[in-house]
Amino acid sequence: MAEYKLMKGNEVLAEAAIRCGCDGYFGYPITPQSEVMETLMARQPWTETGMVVLQAESEVAAINMVYGAAGSGKKVMTSSSSPGISLMSEGISYIAGAELPCLIVNVQRGGPGLGTIQPSQADYFQTVKGGGHGDYRLIVLAPSSVQEMNDFVGLGFELAFKYRNPAMILTDGALGQMMEKVKLSDYQPRWTKEEIEEKWGSWATTGKTATRKKNIVTSLEMDPGRMEQNNIRFQKKFSEIEENEVRYEAIQCDDAEYILVAFGTSSRVCQKSVELARAKGLKVGLLRPITLYPFPKKAIKELARKVKGFLSVEMSAGQMVEDIKLAVYEAGSTVRVNHFGRMGGIIPTPEEVVEALEEKFSWELSYGVKRSY
Amino acid sequence: MTEELIIAGFGGQGVLSMGKILAYSGIMEDKEVTWFPSYGPEMRGGTANVTVIISDTRISSPIVKHFDTAIILNQQSMDKFEKAVKPGGTLLYDPNGVIHPPTRTDINIYKVEATRTAVEMGNPKVFNMIVFGSYLSVRPILTLDNVEKGLEKSLPERYHKTIPLNLEAIKKGQEIVETVLEV
Repeated sequence: MAEYKLMKGNEVLAEAAIRCGCDGYFGYPITPQSEVMETLMARQPWTETGMVVLQAESEVAAINMVYGAAGSGKKVMTSSSSPGISLMSEGISYIAGAELPCLIVNVQRGGPGLGTIQPSQADYFQTVKGGGHGDYRLIVLAPSSVQEMNDFVGLGFELAFKYRNPAMILTDGALGQMMEKVKLSDYQPRWTKEEIEEKWGSWATTGKTATRKKNIVTSLEMDPGRMEQNNIRFQKKFSEIEENEVRYEAIQCDDAEYILVAFGTSSRVCQKSVELARAKGLKVGLLRPITLYPFPKKAIKELARKVKGFLSVEMSAGQMVEDIKLAVYEAGSTVRVNHFGRMGGIIPTPEEVVEALEEKFSWELSYGVKRSY
Repeated sequence: MTEELIIAGFGGQGVLSMGKILAYSGIMEDKEVTWFPSYGPEMRGGTANVTVIISDTRISSPIVKHFDTAIILNQQSMDKFEKAVKPGGTLLYDPNGVIHPPTRTDINIYKVEATRTAVEMGNPKVFNMIVFGSYLSVRPILTLDNVEKGLEKSLPERYHKTIPLNLEAIKKGQEIVETVLEV
């Protein structure tokens, strides 16, 4: 039998970082993700793999340390929670603008402002629509179990390096604090200097040799013509990401008349809502986006042509619901897309979700599909 | 089999660690497990509770409204969670610190004098393991062998010398649990 451990999501993020050959972690403590750095400090990976773990003086410093280290082709990461991610947003935009790979983890808490330390999903807009300035995107992975907290660290780095773009794990306080059975990844050695030069020598600042051209890491380009060319290149990259990297899980969607769409913690709640609804005779399925960017638009469009409605279930006032509406609109469908959510650190119960579904789709449940609004 | 359980009491009673040992024992029994604590202001000196789910299949929601079993260790938790037990479910409580005993008639109710027994055993720290033993007696979902393995896994090595004492407390809890009501 494989060796299973019982660990918190936050502890697993730290352990997965060490095991995937991460070169450096720079962070600043904030609840509910402080265990990430606590675990790293207790594990002392610098004695084992040589990985650097550093508590910066602030989130702003931490993300700029990530920027610097990423520029030299190293595998580096940071983690924080909502208010801390806001502080990092300028740096994230710079990293995206300089086309550097890194992994950022947001263990969301309730906002706005300092808000609360309880779980929330209200940073969806910030994560998938910007956060920082300019036309950039993050590759966004949304784990829904402690096992996926392990798996997505390696995957996040892989995608970040594949596209030279920052990747983010968007999770929340519930998954960070929760303990579940987890099978940790095997150890991978850190890249050697030679390996980094071989893999990323075309852009990484590894020390210029006499034979190769200068690598310059910057997001600044004073010539607007060239800056537009940069943007065109970025957009081409994002199209490729949208084409190749969509990940989602469909649960009981085949015969479903109503689709719950939820990610992370709320998708776990919705799995039970599907069971409860089906026990009542309602044909309900769950579509769980695993990548929030790229969003599983195509899957929603296909479902939009056959179901009676979508309910976006989020721990927010309704953010992802806009992306579902766009996909349904593009499919030429008129089925209704509703939202149900709790805010400010409250997680909905599975029962509440079923009640909301019945209430918001009472018209469809009585008369069938609504053809116009 | 899916067991959705809440353990609720004061911070310091060993609520979270009892849940952790229970969850680890579940892993040893090859089950799926989820351990979801209350965290935040309440754990800093007030009530503490943890939801533990043990199942043969993939676990869905960590947020549970109605529990198969509630282990209740103070009055505040009784006020909050007696009503959250599913009809036909199980409520186990320690009467020490519970002023108003449970009044429901549609659930199985058991009590264990764990606080008193722990003092009699000369070590108040084994309180939670006595309660755990009583739980295993009324809800025999795990074997004692796997509980012992769970203890080994969840306790740091330096505390492994306390495993016999913990097992003794678990066995004591199995013996002294009293049936109040069985439906």
